Amino acid sequence: MAVCVAVIAKENYPLYIRSVPTESELQFHYMVHTSLDVVDEKVSAMGKALVDQRELYLGLLYPTEDYKVYGYVTNSKVKFVMVVDSSNAALRDNEIRSMFRKLHNSYTDVMCNPFYTPGDRIQSRCACACRGGPAGRGSCSESK
Amino acid sequence: METAAGGGCGSGPPLLLSEGEQQCYSELFARCAGAAGGGPGLGPPEAARAAPGAATAAAGPVADLFRASQLPAETLHQITELCGAKRVGYFGPTQFYVALKLIAAAQSGLPVRIESIKCELPLPRFVMSKTDAEIRFGNPPELHGTKVQIPYLITEKNTFKRMDDEDKQQETQSPTMSPLASPPSSPPHYQRVPLSHGYSKLRSSAEQMHPAPYEARQPLVQPEGPSSGGPGAKPPRHQASLIRSFSVERELQDNSSNYPDEPWRITEEQREYYVNQFRSLQPDPSSFISGSVAKNFFTKSKLSIPELSYIWELSDADCDGALTLPEFCAAFHLIVARKNGYPLPEGLPPTLQPEYLQAAFPKPKWECALFDSYSESMPANQQPRDLNRMEKLSIKDMADFPVPTQDVTCDDKQALKSAPDEALPKDVSEDSATPKDSNSLKARPRSRSYSSTSIEEAMKRGEDPPTPPPRPQKTHSRASSLDLNKVFQPSVPASKSGLLPPPPALPPRPCPAQAEPASEADLHPQLSRAPSQAAESSPTKKDIPYSQPPSKPIRRKFRPENQAPENQEPSTTVGGPASVVSVKPHPTVQKQSSKQKKAIQTAIRKNKEANAVLARLNSELQQQLKEVHQERIALENQLEQLRPVTVL
Repeated sequence: MAVCVAVIAKENYPLYIRSVPTESELQFHYMVHTSLDVVDEKVSAMGKALVDQRELYLGLLYPTEDYKVYGYVTNSKVKFVMVVDSSNAALRDNEIRSMFRKLHNSYTDVMCNPFYTPGDRIQSRCACACRGGPAGRGSCSESK
Repeated sequence: METAAGGGCGSGPPLLLSEGEQQCYSELFARCAGAAGGGPGLGPPEAARAAPGAATAAAGPVADLFRASQLPAETLHQITELCGAKRVGYFGPTQFYVALKLIAAAQSGLPVRIESIKCELPLPRFVMSKTDAEIRFGNPPELHGTKVQIPYLITEKNTFKRMDDEDKQQETQSPTMSPLASPPSSPPHYQRVPLSHGYSKLRSSAEQMHPAPYEARQPLVQPEGPSSGGPGAKPPRHQASLIRSFSVERELQDNSSNYPDEPWRITEEQREYYVNQFRSLQPDPSSFISGSVAKNFFTKSKLSIPELSYIWELSDADCDGALTLPEFCAAFHLIVARKNGYPLPEGLPPTLQPEYLQAAFPKPKWECALFDSYSESMPANQQPRDLNRMEKLSIKDMADFPVPTQDVTCDDKQALKSAPDEALPKDVSEDSATPKDSNSLKARPRSRSYSSTSIEEAMKRGEDPPTPPPRPQKTHSRASSLDLNKVFQPSVPASKSGLLPPPPALPPRPCPAQAEPASEADLHPQLSRAPSQAAESSPTKKDIPYSQPPSKPIRRKFRPENQAPENQEPSTTVGGPASVVSVKPHPTVQKQSSKQKKAIQTAIRKNKEANAVLARLNSELQQQLKEVHQERIALENQLEQLRPVTVL
């Protein structure tokens, strides 16, 4: 179950960040923030490869004791970061990919809204609903 | 019957009830207690706990009754607490009566306090829904002639609308007592009960809102009032704070029972209005409006950006960043609703779904007279009376849109809106003559301000600046080398007229002479703008489509000496000799018809020339486009080659 989902803008400030309500929400924010370095590292590790060849899904950025952090970058350098509970061992890579894809789709939908200027915080309620979808559904399919 | 001493539960201050109140309250109590058997399960346990011999009213019916009083929820809670029901846990007679008295106080605008009930108060008013009425009151005939009838059977919307004012003004009971003289018979009662049904549902959902009054819809309500019989003698107080769809919805109640969300239903006039707006942004109704265009348009509605963003999310079902016609109508309707104070729904209501909209409303046929579509779609569901009303308003609607292109001056337009009845015959005569002008809706000013909250006012505002600059100034920036500006400008009116179907063979008006001065006066300033920027030779004929088709060729004259104050048209040419003719009071008809023919032929010639020019332009631009494409391909190839190849 994804415990935290974040959308980071190109300039590395958060556009949208939501986590499962716990006492230590700040911890998730911190993890997302530190994961940005890893994202940059992975992106630059591709070297001077053509942008098209770079895959959007970055995979596991780094694991911690309780959580795993996955990353995804779009072509416009908008980053999606997802923090997943480590105890949910059966969460497969494909599911993470599909969750990111859904996230990307809902982000695109937000972009299509002419009243949304890129760079604003995402406040759309549909985005919240969509976030609930991928984060929840994607993992519920694996729930025991 | 019920005095303070009788209040065995010690509910505090003495409760003095007038005779009418006693009777009313006891009836109500009997009803609620009688319905205890059918009410939800709170009744019997409470009744068991209550003192023997004292009936209690079941919580369910009581709650329904209180809700029917149209008071906000907090007030009802306060009342329940104050009357002691919460304390003792059930609604005994005392609590019930105190509660009713408090309801009456609240409805009269007094604060909900125990002290309020000490003074003389009118009877509380309840709007009963049909089911409630059936359950509670059995057969209405038995209520005839009793005062109890008044609070319940006043289900006219007049009363309902008066309840809107309750919180704002203090009203005496006397108006509501008047129907006693003419008790409504049961069939009308039930006929009207459904009217309130929708309202009570509506109000209960929107009770916190105070929608802005819709003054323009008041004339709607007035014809309804007298028709509803005796109580209709009351002046319809309608704040009509509901948008027009409700008044139409009342008649359509039976047909529209599928969807309970009345505020989200688009009526015919609204639909036409939305479609007109769509066409003003995008001439092709089957195409879509791009996001930026729609954004500019909706921003004029002065709603906040987050709300507009949310509305967009709701209405753009396919999330493609563009609005098709049904999506646009849905968005527009949501904006209108929001401006009238309705909270935005969580999801798109079913009546605003694109599929529903497309199925429910076929695309309007603009080629034929708009009246045809009106007359077809309207009578299907509505009473003849409503038909008249809707026609009147739809004519107003219609008249508003082609107004810039009709022979209606600004003065006429104002008169139109202020006195629909007076203007009606005039409009009908004018509108019927200019169906083709519907195409010139394109020229409607887009820079309409939305600052009012009513469609009517918005439409009015839309017409107030009636002279938009001719819009399609599609000068190609890249092809400026072609000096298209120079080429376009003289032919803009020509092109516009080429786009609009020029009225070819117009039957000569019987009295063009007399009609001329009138039609001259009717020429709106828009015409003056169009020719003002163009060469004088072409626009004269091109203005023909704008104004009244007949007598135009005659009118297209250079007569600064005569009609300068009314319209500064630098018309020329053929009009020259004809102008002299027109100056005379009664030129002969034959001369005019020949002049007309000549003018028409000139117009045709000019149109053809304009067509040729445009065709040439088109081919040139196509050529340019091809070249640019090739350039682009070449550049892309270069880029590919130049891109650094990585060495891994």
